[in-house]
Amino acid sequence: MATLIEKPIDTLMKGSVDVEDLSVVFKRRDQYGPLLVLESTSFRIHPGEFVCLLGPSGCGKSTILNLIAGFLKPTKGRVLVDGYTVESPGADRGFVFQQYSLLPWKTTFQNVEFGLKIRGVSRAERTDLVNDYLNRVGLYNHRHSYPHQLSGGMQQRASIVRALVNSPSVLLMDEPFAALDAQTRHMMQELLLNIWSDLKSTVIFVTHDIEEAVFLSDRILVMGVRPGRIKETVEVNLDRPRHLDIMLSSEFLNLNRQVFELIREETLKSMELG
Amino acid sequence: MAVSAKAARKAKRKKPRATSETHFDQHAPSKLGAASLALLKSRNLKRSLSLVLFFGIWQLLCVTQFNFLINFAFLPSPIDVWSATITFFSGNAVVHIAASIQRVLLGFGIAAVLGVGLGILIGWFRPIEDLVFIPLELLRPIPAVAWIPLAILMFPNAEAGMVYITFLGAFFPILISTIRGVESTDIVLLRVGQCLGAKQWHIFKDIVVPGAMPNIASGLVIGMGNSWFCLVTAEILAGRFGVGYLTWESYVTSNYPPIVMGMLLIGLMGLLSTLVVDRLTKLLMPWRVTKKQEF
Repeated sequence: MATLIEKPIDTLMKGSVDVEDLSVVFKRRDQYGPLLVLESTSFRIHPGEFVCLLGPSGCGKSTILNLIAGFLKPTKGRVLVDGYTVESPGADRGFVFQQYSLLPWKTTFQNVEFGLKIRGVSRAERTDLVNDYLNRVGLYNHRHSYPHQLSGGMQQRASIVRALVNSPSVLLMDEPFAALDAQTRHMMQELLLNIWSDLKSTVIFVTHDIEEAVFLSDRILVMGVRPGRIKETVEVNLDRPRHLDIMLSSEFLNLNRQVFELIREETLKSMELG
Repeated sequence: MAVSAKAARKAKRKKPRATSETHFDQHAPSKLGAASLALLKSRNLKRSLSLVLFFGIWQLLCVTQFNFLINFAFLPSPIDVWSATITFFSGNAVVHIAASIQRVLLGFGIAAVLGVGLGILIGWFRPIEDLVFIPLELLRPIPAVAWIPLAILMFPNAEAGMVYITFLGAFFPILISTIRGVESTDIVLLRVGQCLGAKQWHIFKDIVVPGAMPNIASGLVIGMGNSWFCLVTAEILAGRFGVGYLTWESYVTSNYPPIVMGMLLIGLMGLLSTLVVDRLTKLLMPWRVTKKQEF
């Protein structure tokens, strides 16, 4: 449950996220002792913003996402969503996992409907809403299929609308397209931007793919390893709506190179540390 | 006649699987249909052949009085057993069979309800696990035979004691599989539930229990077989009727062909009831895919 700590910051729109001086230490029983996963990290995300957390594996980007979701408790610091301290997972923060997160025993429709059903939304309203969302992502004709009958891309589309149908303040995405093939991944990125431009909910998107981060975000938080921390913030001022062909533009390529240089050093460090 | 009825049953059994296979692969229904039809034919053939081989080799070993490591010289041959079977079925076979089926189904039914119910509670709630799991584990390795004296003391009549022993056979596999099924709930799916605002009850009903279903189903399948496994033990207890009783009685009177007949009847009824349980649990899980290697 969330408790009101202070006056909400952005009272007009929901979806603000404040990460305040967040540290996470994992206790390990092996010879290495406690591991500092995340060190005094602070940042603020504004309502409706699309932010990518980018970094090599082991930089704590998923840890940050898990803290915002409420799956993990910080060792120090706190996370505020719309001015309320996060204490446990909740429907105000939708989550899209890397893969295989649809309930295998529910059809596409039932999976997307699940959150609404929990909240006690009436059947008629549920049906309209779910069908509308399934239509947006081209899954209406697959609404009665079970997850194992869907392709990887379809499963992730279903996961995305399953989160969005509950109109969360924040959508948290943990490398949702990492397991897809390159073509499908690009199509999914474009699709995600399309839906997002309609809904304008805040998105925090974790990825290790530089192109993906530049293509999607308003702002990239580039992370460093050991200990995990925000190394640099990169503003992405590319025009919206964005289509895949901007990936060939010189602005895009410049940003790409800039981020690449930033992250290269950290990647090397993470490889040395293993 | 028995053979043709069996074949018909097999054919009937095959049908739903064939349609569900074509349903999964929507791109090549006709090609796959023809191929699976051929496969079915050959599989039925192989399966009938396995029975012919089994009884053929057994008959051969008896006729040749095979005696190396295992002595077949004194064993009833399939033909002896067959004539014992005919004698049995011209008598009050139905009464015996019905008595046994009733005991097994009652024992299994109670085991299914208690095993699944308790298994879910133990698997999900730590305090309940701490409270009951160790005593149950203590009782689990005790063989059904060892329970006979206590079963006589514990229950008002022999019938209840016999049901209790068939219950024991089914209860533990169902319990353990259910506990394991609940414990193996995918943490990602639990998180999915939490992020959709699910409280305990919805997580339990919509995520934990369906996720445990495949394990519960295998527990039920094993439990069904084990109930029959314990039937002879149960029917030693008392009574005048029952296939297990008949088997034991024939041993006491040194009449060997009916023993083997009783054994095979128990095997057959175990096989059929297990199949029924397997089919029914599969109906509850239309979302499951099973892939097997075909050679």
